[in-house]
Amino acid sequence: MSDTLKHTLLFAFVGLLLLLEGTTTAFGVFSGSWNSSLTILNMGLISAIMALGVNLQWGFAGLFNVGIMGFTALGGLAVVLTSMSPTPGAWEAGGQRILLALVLGAATIAAAIYTYRKLAAGLTRTVAMLAILIIGFVIYRAVLDPGVAAVESINPALEGNIGGLGLPVLLAWPLGGLLAAGVAWMIGKTALGLRSDYLAIATLGIAEIIIAVLKNEDWLSRGVKNVVGLPRPLPYEVDLQGDPAFVEKAASWGLDATTASTLYVKLGYSLMFTAVLLVLLWMAQMALKSPWGRMMRAIRDNEVAANAMGKHVTRRHLQIFILGSAICGVAGAMMTTLDSQLTPGTYNPLRFTFLIWVMVIVGGSGNNFGSVLGGLLVWFLWIKVEPMGVMLIELVTSGMSEDSGLRAHLLESAAHMRLFTMGLVLLLVLRFSPRGLIPEK
Amino acid sequence: MDFLNAFVALSNFVLIPGIAYGSQLALGALGVTLIYGILRFSNFAHGDTMAFGTMVVILFTWLFQSWGISAGPLPTALLALPIGIVATMALVLVTDKAVFKFYREQKAKPVVFVMVSLGVMFMMNGLVRFIIGPGDQRFGDGERFIIKAGTFKKMTGLDEGLAIKTSQGITVVTAIIVVALLFWFLNKTRTGKSMRAYSDNEDLALLSGINPERVVMITWLIVAALATIAGTLYGLDKSFKPFTYFQLLLPIFAAAIVGGLGSPLGAIAGGFVIAMSEVMITYAWKKVGGYILPESLEPEGLAQLLSTDYKFAVSFAILVVVLLFKPTGIFKGKAV
Repeated sequence: MSDTLKHTLLFAFVGLLLLLEGTTTAFGVFSGSWNSSLTILNMGLISAIMALGVNLQWGFAGLFNVGIMGFTALGGLAVVLTSMSPTPGAWEAGGQRILLALVLGAATIAAAIYTYRKLAAGLTRTVAMLAILIIGFVIYRAVLDPGVAAVESINPALEGNIGGLGLPVLLAWPLGGLLAAGVAWMIGKTALGLRSDYLAIATLGIAEIIIAVLKNEDWLSRGVKNVVGLPRPLPYEVDLQGDPAFVEKAASWGLDATTASTLYVKLGYSLMFTAVLLVLLWMAQMALKSPWGRMMRAIRDNEVAANAMGKHVTRRHLQIFILGSAICGVAGAMMTTLDSQLTPGTYNPLRFTFLIWVMVIVGGSGNNFGSVLGGLLVWFLWIKVEPMGVMLIELVTSGMSEDSGLRAHLLESAAHMRLFTMGLVLLLVLRFSPRGLIPEK
Repeated sequence: MDFLNAFVALSNFVLIPGIAYGSQLALGALGVTLIYGILRFSNFAHGDTMAFGTMVVILFTWLFQSWGISAGPLPTALLALPIGIVATMALVLVTDKAVFKFYREQKAKPVVFVMVSLGVMFMMNGLVRFIIGPGDQRFGDGERFIIKAGTFKKMTGLDEGLAIKTSQGITVVTAIIVVALLFWFLNKTRTGKSMRAYSDNEDLALLSGINPERVVMITWLIVAALATIAGTLYGLDKSFKPFTYFQLLLPIFAAAIVGGLGSPLGAIAGGFVIAMSEVMITYAWKKVGGYILPESLEPEGLAQLLSTDYKFAVSFAILVVVLLFKPTGIFKGKAV
């Protein structure tokens, strides 16, 4: 069997799974609803994009980024900042102060770095730097705090944040990428060029901090109060159901208006996400084949040799780290658009960072098609492990009496089989097929 | 008097919690640093190893409680601790045999090890949640306080109370004993010396006839004990929740790196540096300031540098500073 055929069959298999999900309730695993099938497909497509970004970093360059969750969340924040309409009065009340404070904060750090570079090493430099940082911090807080208080006091039940720019929501996708890229630049500057696992720990940390900021800076993202009702690029189901032309069209397909409208919206998202995925996939493929991609892999395989050939390893690493993170940011923005709400409380590293890693490894690191396949397949598995786990537990405990405490506990815990299974899949693939389902050429 | 009051307030809210938390972090970081020194990778499953050990301790604490066994004024968990340690030892040895050994024989790159430890982390996390559930568990019993704030006020006549929780006292005492034992083991015994030799120079150690598998096995055993103790102490002091233990990874790694990866002394120093900075930066200094500063200078607000939700940011910031200025840490750890 040729490789192309095998890979096509693997993709066909994922398609078949989604088809079964849409059509049949057999085996107890599939739900037989197109609605659920499309939901899985949409998140699968987003996961595939994230996997593509991680593959760029890990597969091409061997960079170990465990802060994907942070970049995803930044993409989500970008949606709020771009597409929400500005909160009336917030800009005058405190927005300007906040912006000024942020500029001052950045200036403080810049001044500290400048001092560090200009002065000779010694006590004077340390003292000067610390003085700048401490004074800068005090000024920053003095300017920031009243602004934050003012913004948060505006209609706190519904708003209490500065809102956004009121731009079309689709614009948030590239902007989410840009925001993620900016943060990636800052992390990359500090952690790249050091030992490989330092980057891992640094990204793990920054992801937690980004989530902490989103959860606590109410003026920015309303924190755990969530931002709901984000604008959508597609019409609302209710509007579609009220549109006689749409209802008529749906009827001619043999569907009632409610089902038709949800399917229409979900299908719309699927098409948009597929388009983004295809563009990114094409770009990644071109990059992989280009001299730049070959250089990246050369650096990955032997940094010393690449360095000897005159390649600037750290700079190239920084470049690809930023690119990969930007892709995760775009995917994060798409996800928030799909949910049409930003819920900082739901970001969990196991789901948003480590699951993506499982996707990349299972799909085949270093191969873009592999990542896409891994994204779709592992996402399907992630959703379906839960019902499978419950089935398994029911089977195992079928001998026990109905009111057995152990049985109840096991059934209740079945949901946590997910993490266990994902870990097992990751370990098995790493051990027995480290190159993944679609290996690198 | 004011000065004394300020000092008591400082001890009550900053020093004592900081020392207890620092001891817990130090024990955790010791485990990370030992794995790094001997097996040469950053073990991402460490937080979940701690969670597993603590979970076993909790389950046996409940069992003992149901039998009516208690340790008097001390928490019952101390009785269950040895069982937890043995269970965790068994778990990490099985993990090592089933997972890590293969890559060791292949001489895989460190980053592959890290990746594998992620898989282990997932499985342990799933296992812990499966058995005990994702929720919060409290399992401390016995006397809650060594000194109560009220008693202290009466005793000294000061306005400020000083409370020392039993868990804090136990944490510090246990940490001192464990660290002393560990250093005695590493410095005085033959096995400990062979471990240090292996960590310093693998090839030379192999040439001198040190059995690497034995060194690795003993390392895992020690790490399992350290992780269980650290986890149990943290759980007694605060509470047990699988996700919190996973999140402890960050301050623990920060502590190990700040001290210098691979250096046991560094791990302890790093643990205290991180813990103290975390507590000090997120503490509202208003009360202490109110006692020592003249009235005109008294802070109006809480005088809190960062809200407690940003404690991760503190460990992270320290980590970044160390990475930038002294990548090998305070005690000159390894840099591979």
